[in-house]
Amino acid sequence: MVQPGGRPVSPLAGGAPANEALRPFPRSILLTIFIGWISGILVVSQAWLLSRVITRVFLAGQGLAEVLPMLELLLAVLVGRAVAALAAEISAHAVAAGVKTRLRLSLVERLLALGPAFTRQERTGELALTALEGVEALEAYFGQYLPQLALAALVPITILSFVFPLDALTGAILLLTAPLIPLFLYLIGSASASLTRRQWQVLSRLSAHFLDTLQGLTTLKELGRSKDQVAVVGQISRRYRDATLGVLRVTFLSALVLEMVGTLSTAIVAVEISLRLLGGRLGYEQALFLLVLAPEFYLPLRTLGGRFHAGEAGVAAARRIEQILKTPLPVSRPARSNLPAAPWTIHFESVGYTYPGSEIPALRDVSFEISPGQRIALVGASGAGKSTLTRLLLGFSFPTGGCITVNGVDLAEISAQEWRRQIAWAPQTPYLFNDTLDANLRLARPNCSREEIESAACLAALDEVVHRLPDGFDTVIGERGTRLSGGESQRLSLARAFLKQAPILILDEPTAHLDPELEGRIQSIVDRLAEGRTVLTIAHRLETVRQADKILVLEGGRVVESGTHSQLEAQMGAYCKLLEAGLGG
Amino acid sequence: MMITTFKRLLGFISPFKGMAALAVLCAMGAIASGIGLMAVAAYLISAAALLPSIAVLQTAIVGVRFFGIARGVFRYLERLSSHWVTLSVLANLRTWFYRRIEPLAPARLISFHSGDLLSIAVADIETLQNFYVRVLSPALVALLVAAGAVLLLTSMSLWLGLALAFFLLLAGLALPLAVRRMSRTSAVRQRAIQAQLSTAMVDTFQGCADLLAFGQEDAQVQKLRLLDSQYGRTQAAQAWIRGLHGGFSTLLSGLGAGAVLVVAVPLVRSGQVQGVYLAALVLGSLAAFEAVQPLPLAMQFLESSLAAAGRLFRLVDTGQGLRPASAGVKADGKGAILSVRNLRFAYPEAPDRPVLDGLNLELLPGQKVALVGASGAGKTTLVSLLLRFWEYQEGEIYLEGRDLRTWDLDDLRSRIAVISQSTHLFNGTIRQNMLLGNPQAAQAQIEEAAHRAQLEDLIQRLPQGYDTWIGEQGLRLSAGEARRLAVARALLRNAPLLILDEPAANLDAQNEARLMEALYSEVFPGRAVLLITHHQAALSHMDAVHDLRNGKIYRQN
Repeated sequence: MVQPGGRPVSPLAGGAPANEALRPFPRSILLTIFIGWISGILVVSQAWLLSRVITRVFLAGQGLAEVLPMLELLLAVLVGRAVAALAAEISAHAVAAGVKTRLRLSLVERLLALGPAFTRQERTGELALTALEGVEALEAYFGQYLPQLALAALVPITILSFVFPLDALTGAILLLTAPLIPLFLYLIGSASASLTRRQWQVLSRLSAHFLDTLQGLTTLKELGRSKDQVAVVGQISRRYRDATLGVLRVTFLSALVLEMVGTLSTAIVAVEISLRLLGGRLGYEQALFLLVLAPEFYLPLRTLGGRFHAGEAGVAAARRIEQILKTPLPVSRPARSNLPAAPWTIHFESVGYTYPGSEIPALRDVSFEISPGQRIALVGASGAGKSTLTRLLLGFSFPTGGCITVNGVDLAEISAQEWRRQIAWAPQTPYLFNDTLDANLRLARPNCSREEIESAACLAALDEVVHRLPDGFDTVIGERGTRLSGGESQRLSLARAFLKQAPILILDEPTAHLDPELEGRIQSIVDRLAEGRTVLTIAHRLETVRQADKILVLEGGRVVESGTHSQLEAQMGAYCKLLEAGLGG
Repeated sequence: MMITTFKRLLGFISPFKGMAALAVLCAMGAIASGIGLMAVAAYLISAAALLPSIAVLQTAIVGVRFFGIARGVFRYLERLSSHWVTLSVLANLRTWFYRRIEPLAPARLISFHSGDLLSIAVADIETLQNFYVRVLSPALVALLVAAGAVLLLTSMSLWLGLALAFFLLLAGLALPLAVRRMSRTSAVRQRAIQAQLSTAMVDTFQGCADLLAFGQEDAQVQKLRLLDSQYGRTQAAQAWIRGLHGGFSTLLSGLGAGAVLVVAVPLVRSGQVQGVYLAALVLGSLAAFEAVQPLPLAMQFLESSLAAAGRLFRLVDTGQGLRPASAGVKADGKGAILSVRNLRFAYPEAPDRPVLDGLNLELLPGQKVALVGASGAGKTTLVSLLLRFWEYQEGEIYLEGRDLRTWDLDDLRSRIAVISQSTHLFNGTIRQNMLLGNPQAAQAQIEEAAHRAQLEDLIQRLPQGYDTWIGEQGLRLSAGEARRLAVARALLRNAPLLILDEPAANLDAQNEARLMEALYSEVFPGRAVLLITHHQAALSHMDAVHDLRNGKIYRQN
């Protein structure tokens, strides 16, 4: 028996090394297969009983009473098949569920490990779709397609072992026609595989586009363009329909062939056995048995054909998932060293950094020192490398040249989690999770009490915002602060930093022009926050740089000047130019 | 309620009636061919067993071959036509959903997360696209094929017909109803958990930096793990239901054919039915159950379709958005481009706390007016009202002398250009994003707008110039570049009234200076401008500055 399915379809096809995450639990798959095989045996028994009863009634003129024992047996077989069907479904789900959970979680863990540098690039809608829908597509692959691949060989072989002793000619017909199914599947399938994959990509793009349109609805309305999008959305969907039908015209041919091979062969068997019956070379009971079995012989192969596309969708999804799982992690040595005891002196030693896929380094040869309790201000135009520098200090990425050391220990060798525990980070635009305000603050310290949350909110002047919200701290916020303004989310960011109570503060100073009153308040909040901490600020305000112990002036990824405000002012260099322009972004 | 939902769903298919009917006919043809193949083949063998001349068998042989070929052809045609219908329905659903959701944005959509919107729009609509193929068509096909088969058997003996009808009803009606009962709660629950899981995933990707910085990545994974296991449980429940359905449908089809056999045995003995038909009766009946096999699944899909449709309909049916433009033209405003009188507005969730409370404002053609005031003073709310995102409760607004409520919304928005800090840039090329300002703009106009918005150096720097793709919310552009792109877009719009809502927010000083310079020199001339800002320096360019406090203009200077 050739291998049904023609082509070993595996998510790992293409010579790629096997990925642990994509391995199913083989033992439970064996159980599914075994149940399917028992089912096949029961089908043969049913055919045998049916043909026997019919023969006795038709040719031997027997009545109900005489065939009753066989009818009872038939009932038992039917019940057995029903139980097997239930068991097969449940065991198939169990296999798939395990794989799906594992994949979904390793996908998330991988994305978290890849960090913001990765997740910010990809279209997030597409990522979410990949993770969710792609993982879902594997349900059919592991639960249905893989077991069926085995059953498509096992069940026909079992049936043949009954057919051959009875009638070699019918056996030969079945044996010769069966390979046609995988053959045609292969011929049509290999062409349609890439087409199917392409359609899958189009589909996920389409969903991303639809989401993008929905998210930008307000802007579209402001532009008076929102109505036009009706036509665009419809047009894109219809274009997708036509393209998909073009693909389906081909891929459905395989279904046509599968169906044809099965039904035509059944027809051929029927004609062939009836002719030999006529010649007296075959008994009626055997003939009927063979006729009932013929479609059952092709059924597993046809089922496989039906699941073939599920299998391909699974492979396509697995490729995409695997692509993410295989994205190399930012270079980090395994955490070998313990975090040295506080206080910490941080050294940047000729640090360089180039983003993956970019040729221009974002940081070059940056060297400086942060002593405990010092206030460092980073200034420079946007794109000068300030954010990159803070990202490295947070351990989101690792230097591609030089190193950062903490009390002489390479930061890349210290557990990033442990290190980040020492840092409070207050970005300008914090991400607002689709959760309550309380939960969004609690992110900084999950176990804190409501009182602590309240006092942090109060310190960050967030309390008045809380009063305005319908459910106070329990109001659900989120999706880029639909209900929080820019100034409010900044204060939320500061409240998080208060809650964190970490010795090191990394602050991205607000650039937005808040109203002067609020700006003054935020300044005093920041001052309080900075008390007794080592602070690295991306500074935009004169006040901040004046107070800084050291100012680093970044330009094109290099530190071009450093010193105190008065020292730098005296130099009349890059710093002074920046000051004239009002300090950079 | 359910009937209404069902009827509304049918509405999505009605434009494709012809193709849908063809698909049903082909599906019937395929199943009938299957029955015909087995029945005629069984008859052929039985007839051959009686050893007649070969001529007697000729018709049956032709019949067997015909059905053998017809089945595949019918199935192929059915699949193509039904997929055409499905994808057409999908296109229809998407446009319908968009058309209905569009008037609701942004006012009525605030409480819906985009993760939810994603799961609603993508998952629910994709569930509904299958309404025809998985619900409607199988039901029709089953009804027609079952009726045909039962009639055929009844013509031989009433009892044969009854035996088959009984089990067909069990498998086609009782089983689906039982499946529906079982799956009802779990299907609803599954959708809800799926939506939560989807939101949590979006949060994890987009909030990645915050999670890591606060060391909450493990907690988030834990949260996802919990949701995933809940999701897994609902899916396991569905697997049980699927298994029971599979088991019972196997059992019932076997019992149906067995019942026909049991009824037929005495009939054959008594000579009422010829023995040569016995095998045909049994095998034909067995094949007839193919028609009802998809019904329990159809019922499950009906359930989830109704749930999905219910959610979508509820979403689009929520706020009636705005009153339609009233016909009567109320003109006033004495030549002012914008005139606001005694405007009062409170958000629905806080009706006793008016955000705007008796606001008066006048803007003459070409006049530049700034609006200043603390955060939350209602400045952005005013913009939303001017753009008719919300319905105001009291007072009047006149644009170009016409009551704002009498404006057609598209006309209204073509008179106003907005640049705000939340301006969305779409996944697409720079050109596509600019063309949103004016789809008819020629290349020369695009270039001019880019020049005036100081975008030229950016475009020269980009590998594919105007055709460079910008990513999610324009993330590959810096904030300053994105804002200048929004300015270029506004320039292409060429509207007489320009509203700037904190145009420089989140920009660094250099970028802000560039932006404001572009605005003053290129955008302001010839337009009436309403500028909302905290920026003191900007105010010197303005003709008037209004201070907004407690929902009204406090001071003018």
